[in-house]
Amino acid sequence: MFKIIHAEFLAPGIKRFVIDAPRIARKQKPGQFVILRIYEEGERIPVTIENSDAERGTINIVVQAAGKTTNLLNTLNTGDQILDVVGPLGKPSEIANYGTVVVVGGGVGTAMAYPTAAALKHAGNRVISIVGARNKELVILESEMRGVSDSLMITTDDGSYADKGFVTDKLRQLIQNGTRIDLVVAVGPIVMMKAVSEMTRKENIHTVVSLNPIMIDGTGMCGGCRVMIDGKSEFACVDGPEFDGHKVDFGVLVQRNSMYRDAEQRSLAEFQRAAKALADSQGVEHACAAVSAGRQGDQG
Amino acid sequence: MSPTTKKSLNPVPIKDRIKVPRQLMPEQPAEVRAHNFEEVNLGYSAELAQLEAQRCLECAKPTCTDNCPVGVQVKAFVELIVAGDFMGAAAKIREDNVLPAITGRVCPQEDQCEGKCLLSKKAKALGIGYLERFVADYEQRMGTHVVPKVTPTGKKVAVVGSGPSGLTVAGDLIQKGHKVRVFEALHEIGGVLVYGIPEFRLPKQIVREQIDYMRAMGVEFETDVVVGRTVTIDELMHEEGFDAVYIGTGAGLPQFMNIPGEHLNGVYSANEFLTRINLMKAYKFPVYDEPMLDLHGKDVAVIGGGNTALDAIRSALRLGARKAYVIYRRSDAEMPARAEEVHHARQEGIDFQMLTAPVEFLSDGKGWLTAARCVRMELGEPDASGRRRPVPVQGSEFDLPLSVAIMAIGTTANPIVQTTTPGLGTNKRGYIQASEETQRTTKKGVFAGGDIVTGGATVILAMGAGRRAANSIHQYLTTGEW
Repeated sequence: MFKIIHAEFLAPGIKRFVIDAPRIARKQKPGQFVILRIYEEGERIPVTIENSDAERGTINIVVQAAGKTTNLLNTLNTGDQILDVVGPLGKPSEIANYGTVVVVGGGVGTAMAYPTAAALKHAGNRVISIVGARNKELVILESEMRGVSDSLMITTDDGSYADKGFVTDKLRQLIQNGTRIDLVVAVGPIVMMKAVSEMTRKENIHTVVSLNPIMIDGTGMCGGCRVMIDGKSEFACVDGPEFDGHKVDFGVLVQRNSMYRDAEQRSLAEFQRAAKALADSQGVEHACAAVSAGRQGDQG
Repeated sequence: MSPTTKKSLNPVPIKDRIKVPRQLMPEQPAEVRAHNFEEVNLGYSAELAQLEAQRCLECAKPTCTDNCPVGVQVKAFVELIVAGDFMGAAAKIREDNVLPAITGRVCPQEDQCEGKCLLSKKAKALGIGYLERFVADYEQRMGTHVVPKVTPTGKKVAVVGSGPSGLTVAGDLIQKGHKVRVFEALHEIGGVLVYGIPEFRLPKQIVREQIDYMRAMGVEFETDVVVGRTVTIDELMHEEGFDAVYIGTGAGLPQFMNIPGEHLNGVYSANEFLTRINLMKAYKFPVYDEPMLDLHGKDVAVIGGGNTALDAIRSALRLGARKAYVIYRRSDAEMPARAEEVHHARQEGIDFQMLTAPVEFLSDGKGWLTAARCVRMELGEPDASGRRRPVPVQGSEFDLPLSVAIMAIGTTANPIVQTTTPGLGTNKRGYIQASEETQRTTKKGVFAGGDIVTGGATVILAMGAGRRAANSIHQYLTTGEW
């Protein structure tokens, strides 16, 4: 069991958890992730590590509610327990002094981009960060990113905060302004990473992306996370999760991530129905709070 | 017991024993079990066990024991069954085998003990596996495991991986008085016994009971630790105070054929397919959250001819597959699967497409598998493995419609431990170098055994390596000599 030391929403549907996991905290490096399972009947899902504190023995994870498991996770609060947390998994980001690095974080991907940006800054790079979100509320880790960047640009799809547009608009401006870019690191939705990679391919700028396929064990055992890199099959959990964006077959990634869409939608719908029923019966305002209370009760 | 008393206990004269037929294992009818995950074999009754035990010829030089990787004293435990001392028989097995309820179910006995049984020259071999299982289950039902008393040595051993070889090392070393802590990457203890072998062949309750017994003996288990990532071997030895480490991580990395279409939705590795079912209980979705593709009315094939292949396809059948094929590139004679499993699979209606191999997976244009393009094979000259090499038959291509294809063509070494442990020698295929006699690696204090040394093999061979390792770890810890 892994105890949640602190939990707080960073944005609607995006929650940060500080988890007591001393072994993982000691070893975690930027770019790595954990796999967690909340309760006995739960599935195993990979989750980004945003940061860790080796002395306190804690890791931070940032989770955006999407399917059943992430919705359930976001009902958990300070003091609750997570049944299994295993890691740190995956190869760490390759940190070196490249010169000028552009770090692109899209949505909740910003949480994984942040430690990499910090390490790159620490290694002596000039770090230009671009953070994109759908709207003002969903911009996360702004001050953290600002703290590790020589300059920070923010875009929102709807223009409700900073500049209206996409991260690629900012990247294009940088390229058009003749900014010398030695490396681009992009973490976010697949469409964003694909668009960034296509843009930098033309300019011959080395680009690293962090992939998020479906995983079970996270140690290379199941092969479910296989991705096509330069026409060859690789396992994101042990060979990645970071790959050369110019070699990734994003189409295959999108297709494989859709494999269980029907089951995922069914799970989520049933979860939401149950949560609502529980909330109605208890007169609780927030359905998720009811589920959380019920779940903790089950565990005695 | 003196020899004369022993003889008097077996009512069947030696010369008549060969005439007694081997007692059949009671099993669920094929048409019933093909739709459930309950165990196929139901186990001997005490009467059947004693009738079978009476067939033992009590050889002066028991070749069965010589051919057992852990050296179970077959003649002695069988005699105790004849005498009706089932608990004594269990204790006798446990002297050499810490997991009898498991090996009694999954060992390829025809290649080990039973393969060398003298009876098999003229009749059917003694049902040693069935008897072992009977005794282990009897002991479990009685619920009175004897926990041996030992003198603590003050030494600590870390075991990496909780599969059959790691459990054997742990069970042997704890009985020699060492402290033992087993590290497991997954959330459940048992390795391939829990994620790989399905319920109908090895109920998970059996595995849990064996592990509970180990806990009772004092073995500590820590799950959710990926050694090499969460903690390194050097850290275990230098910071956590372990005097020796045993690496039994298995050969877990699934292989693919590298043919077109392997990335399609519907193509699984056997490891993933079985892990979803066995470890994650995806067949109980939505009670359990882990999903899997709905197989009801679907055509499913497994590629490969080993135990893993049969475990996967028989699971698919139980999950409602309309057609369930085994596609194997050689013939029956070369199939590495346990004979009993092949027999059971045929009874259940699995369609064996022998001397056949896929060359490509075809899609619906939207990323989903629709068929395997296959080619028929014929056997040519023997290859490096000594088995006749399959050669494609010109113009024999055909398309087999499929919704799901499961690749069970073997596994390779997982590199996580090797790449994070300086001084640990590996061979060119990435397996850990270890002495066949002592299981010592090239790194002082570190031992290895099982599939991570030999490549994919069987539960009992992994346990044999664990046994040898436990003996040499004990020697190292007591003498300090490397």
